[in-house]
Parts: sequence; structure tokens; C-alpha cells
Amino acid sequence: MDYLACLAQSSVLIHLSPIDWLILLGFIAFIICMGFYLKKFARTDDDFFLAGRRNSAWVAGVAFMSANMGAMEVIGYTGNAVKYGLYCAHFYLISAVPAMLVLGLIMMPFYYSGRIKSIPGYLKERFDEKTRVFNAFIFSVMMVLVSGISLYLLAMIMETVLGWPWHVSVWVAAALVALYVSLAGLISAIFTEVIQFFLIWAGILILPILGLIDIGGINEIWTRLGQVAQMEGHAANYYTSIWANATDPQLNPMQVTWMGLILGIGLAIGFGYWTTDFLIIQRAFSARDMRSARLTPIIGSYFKILLGIVVVLTGLIILTLTKTPQSGLTLMVKENGDVNYDSALPLMMARYFPPGLIGLGITAIVAMLMAGQAGNMSAFTAVWTYDLYGAVFNRKATPGQLVRMGRIATVMGLLLAVAGAYWARSMPTVIDYLQAIASMVLAPGVAIILPGMFIKRMTPHGAFWGMLIGCLSSVVMFLMQQFGVVDHSFFTPIKGAGFMAANFWRAVWAWLISFGMAMIISMFTKPKSDEQLYGLVWGLTRKSHDEQHLPWLRTPEFWAVIAFVIFILLNLYCW
Amino acid sequence: MSEPQQKEIPQMKPIWYFAGWMLFVIGLIVVASGFINLISPPEQKTVLSHLHPNLWWGATIAVFGLIMSFIHRKTKHDDKNMV
Repeated sequence: MDYLACLAQSSVLIHLSPIDWLILLGFIAFIICMGFYLKKFARTDDDFFLAGRRNSAWVAGVAFMSANMGAMEVIGYTGNAVKYGLYCAHFYLISAVPAMLVLGLIMMPFYYSGRIKSIPGYLKERFDEKTRVFNAFIFSVMMVLVSGISLYLLAMIMETVLGWPWHVSVWVAAALVALYVSLAGLISAIFTEVIQFFLIWAGILILPILGLIDIGGINEIWTRLGQVAQMEGHAANYYTSIWANATDPQLNPMQVTWMGLILGIGLAIGFGYWTTDFLIIQRAFSARDMRSARLTPIIGSYFKILLGIVVVLTGLIILTLTKTPQSGLTLMVKENGDVNYDSALPLMMARYFPPGLIGLGITAIVAMLMAGQAGNMSAFTAVWTYDLYGAVFNRKATPGQLVRMGRIATVMGLLLAVAGAYWARSMPTVIDYLQAIASMVLAPGVAIILPGMFIKRMTPHGAFWGMLIGCLSSVVMFLMQQFGVVDHSFFTPIKGAGFMAANFWRAVWAWLISFGMAMIISMFTKPKSDEQLYGLVWGLTRKSHDEQHLPWLRTPEFWAVIAFVIFILLNLYCW
Repeated sequence: MSEPQQKEIPQMKPIWYFAGWMLFVIGLIVVASGFINLISPPEQKTVLSHLHPNLWWGATIAVFGLIMSFIHRKTKHDDKNMV
């Protein structure tokens, strides 16, 4: 019986054979064993929360990317590529690469220091305690909510694709992550993230290879999508360009303009995520010296570009196949009748992966879930323990008490995430808030942190009120749109823009409001002295010893330039 | 008089060693599944199954993992380079 006939007969998309189960359960057992093996290396709070600051640039860089490669990142963006065509590549290029390079080249020297252990920790040094506590609080809430919603979504996918009971998926995933992260903290999170990184690549890299063989090459994809676009009444490059049609929102599938892309997805959202989200930056904090810390996001940028090529190409292959009736590939449909774009990646696996390989593919999806959850939890644990528990509730906590609190926080964080997953299940519209939640926290954060590294005049009061008002304005704008007070195009300067453009522009406004308020309030309040700001702002920082007299081939600047050239060439190729 | 004994710092195998072993074992299992499929083809055929992707992809993963674990088989004795 062939794949299409089986798909038509079965209510479940993928059936696992015993050999598939062997791969999946073997991987889970391996991860748990690693947690027990690594427990003896978590001796101090620095070990538990910052992996002892012993990691090479490569380990930190791979973990940096792995924390970003959560299940919803890969599955969700494959679906996005099916929906938006090549425009989805912006999430891997303009939204990621410039911010990652700026983080490595400019911001890391301010972040990476012995006295700073988190992003809220930097805010305390640069501004004051209230700014730190506020940022730590909203970051912790975001981590738990994002973690809960991701858990809910992935359990839904497992239920739809594999027929696994939703409750079992949620509890088993949470228990596994709680077990190995609580054993050795960031050491085990990073260790398993690196292992999961290779497993994820092993599971997804073959998909575009098989897809290209199936369709007949990349030129065939371009030709077929051009024909489809013309039949739908669009320009031939509607699905296969990323800038050529960005002058008018009606001319591209994402319904955005170049201004929304650069300011929204590039500056407010991209910089907000890559330069202020402690979830990923924590991996750079674990590096053993300044050079390694600066190289961490730069190495990550190469993997981000590669991941973008794999994910977007896979999405385009699925888009081509779904537009070719004889391929037999149709995306699944949700109960409300909407197309389920998240089913795209599992559908590809079901189409091409025979027994054995399907076990590897499903294990890769489970690894994505675990990497994402472990990333969320290790960041939540560090921020909760250092910046809330240690700063507010127990200022004299010993290292032993901090590690103990870290273990408790990991378990409590995951229990809260499970509660979040149940909440999301009872109110599925909450998924719409996922991106909004992130932009509510990250856009105002970057509006304060990035300028605060260059503008000495920005004061603690200005930063605090700027961040608070920016967050509140972002919430208000979102609620106004959600409850129909204003149309989504109210936020976009060019009429005719879509929902995605409105998301980008709300982030831009939140950024501008935060920055504007911070600067206005700073004009009337007292800034910190140069002595207090030494090492925290531009012009008051000296180059670290380990970076002096490096051969140019080993400098972060050299590798950043290469990454930037690749970024430019890809933009030109996909123009 | 003998010097006081320093507390021994546990040594860790490089992370690449473990990742290599995991890839090697999983690659072997995938290759084995490919041979099983060759001997008794599964009832549900996938698209391009005649290319036997589990054989060549499993072998690629296994060889990559083996090389990785072989290169990084030695425990690092410098505490600063544990992982």
C-alpha cells in the first residue's frame, strides 16, 4: 500500500514501529543519564546558573542556537514558509543576523563581566534595582507563559500527528525537562542542548534533500511557484522574492512593506529578541572568556542562516507540492476550518520517512521541545533566583541556598508552564498572544538597554518609567486591536497592510514610546556618574586582556564580517 | 611533612564525545532499519522509498558521529576547557 492510500485510511498521520520507539526511548534515557552524570559538576551557583563559565565559543554558540531551535520555531516557521513563501526568510535574515552580530561585536563587552549574571543584573548595574526587578518580573512571566503555550501547542501536534494523549505529552515532557535541568542546572541544559542540536539537524536536514529529489531541483520549485502565483493573479516572483515586492503590502504574501520589515521585524522584534532575551544570551554568559562570549552569537548567526535555508526550503517544497494536485499532499485542517500550517513538517516526514527514519524525525521534534523548554526553564531559574529571590526575598542568600532555590524554581517553573498549557487548552485564542507577549516585553527592553549602552545621560528613573510605559502601551495597543476598538491597519502607516505588519508596527511604536519616555524623564532626573558607569557604557570600557594581540583570523570581527557578507549575498540572491 | 591534599576537581569528557556516540548509535539503528526494510518491505510505502533513505542517511549520521567521538575521545584535564 502506498503512502497516500494509508494517509486516507488512517486518522493518525504517523505510526511508530518498534525500531522508531527504540530510537525515541533510547534518546530520552540517554538525556536522563547525562543529567545524573553532570550532577557532580554543578558544585557552585556559578556552575548551576552559568555552567561554571567554562564553555568554549563553539559549545556556547551551538547551545545559543539550540535554545532558539524550539519545536515551535522549526515547526511553526516551516508552516510560515508554506503560508508566506520566501518572505519567511526575513525571520532568519533581517530579523536575526544583524542583531546577532551587534550583540557579539558591540553589546557583549557590556554584558559579560564577573559581576553581571543576567540581563536584569546588567540593568541593576547600569540603572538601578527597581529597573532590574521590573525587568526580571516581566521576563519571568513571559518565560512561564511562552513555555506553557509552547507545551500546549506541541502536545496538540503530538496528539494530531501521532495520536498520543495530550495530557501524557504535556506531563511527560515537563517531567523530563524538570529532571535533567534540576540535576545540574545550566550545565545539563547546555550539554543536552548541544546533543539535541545534532539530533535536530540529523532529523530535518534530509527533508529538503528528499524534497528536492522529489520535485526535480530548486529551479523547478521556482518555475512551479511562479506559474502558481501568475494563476492566482500575482507577479511571478510573489512567492519567491523577499524585497522586490516590498514597496506595496498588496504585492507580497506577508502584506508588509520594507519599512515595516526593517523597523518592525529587524529593529524592534529582532533586536529585542536577540540582544535582550536572557533565554539565549545566558548561553553566551557561560563562555569562558570575553572572546568566546563575543563569538557565541556570531557562530550562532551561521547556524541561524543554515537553519533558515533548511526551514524555508522545506516550506517552499511543501508549498509547491500542495499547489500540485497530483502530489497528493494537502495540509491538515483545524476544527474551525482554518488550515493547520503546523502540520506541514510532520506531513513531510510522513511522506518521505520510512520506519527507522520516522523515529529519528519524531525524536528530533521531541528534542526541539526539550531544548526549548530547558532553555526557558534555565533562564527563568537564573532570573528568578538571582534577580528576584536574591535581590528581593533573601539578599543574604549563600551559594548553597541559591543552588537549592534554583532546583526548586526549575520544578516550580515547569509546574507553572503545565498550568499555562492547561489554561491555553481551555482558551485556544491565547495562542494569538504568543508573539504579542514577546513584543510587549522585548521591544521596550531593547529600547532601554541598547540606547542605554551609548547614552550616558539616560537615568535610572528614565529607564524604569520608559520600560514600564512602553510595556503598558504595548498591552493597550494589542487589546485595542484584539477587542475591535481599532482596526489592525490603525497601527501601520501604509494602508492595506496585513495582521503581520500590524504586529511589527505595534512593536515599533512600543519601542519609540519606551525610548521617548526614557529620554524625556532623563532630562529631568539625575544620571549616574562616570565612575558608576565604568564598563557599562560605550566610551567607558576598555578592551579585555584576552582579546589583545589576537591574530585577525581569530577575532570576532573577522567572523562577523564573513557572516554579514553571507547575509547580504543571500538577500541579493532572494531579492 | 606532606602537603595537604587538594580537593579533586572532577574531570568531564568533552561534550562532542557524547554527541558523537549518540549520533553513531542512532545512525546504526537507522541503517539496521534500512536493511530490515530491504529484506521485508513495510506495508506502507513512502514517497522515494526506492532510494532507501534510511540506509544512506543512517550511514552518514553514523560515520559523522564516529569521527566526532574519535576526535574528542580524550578527557580534558584543564578545568577551563571542560566542555
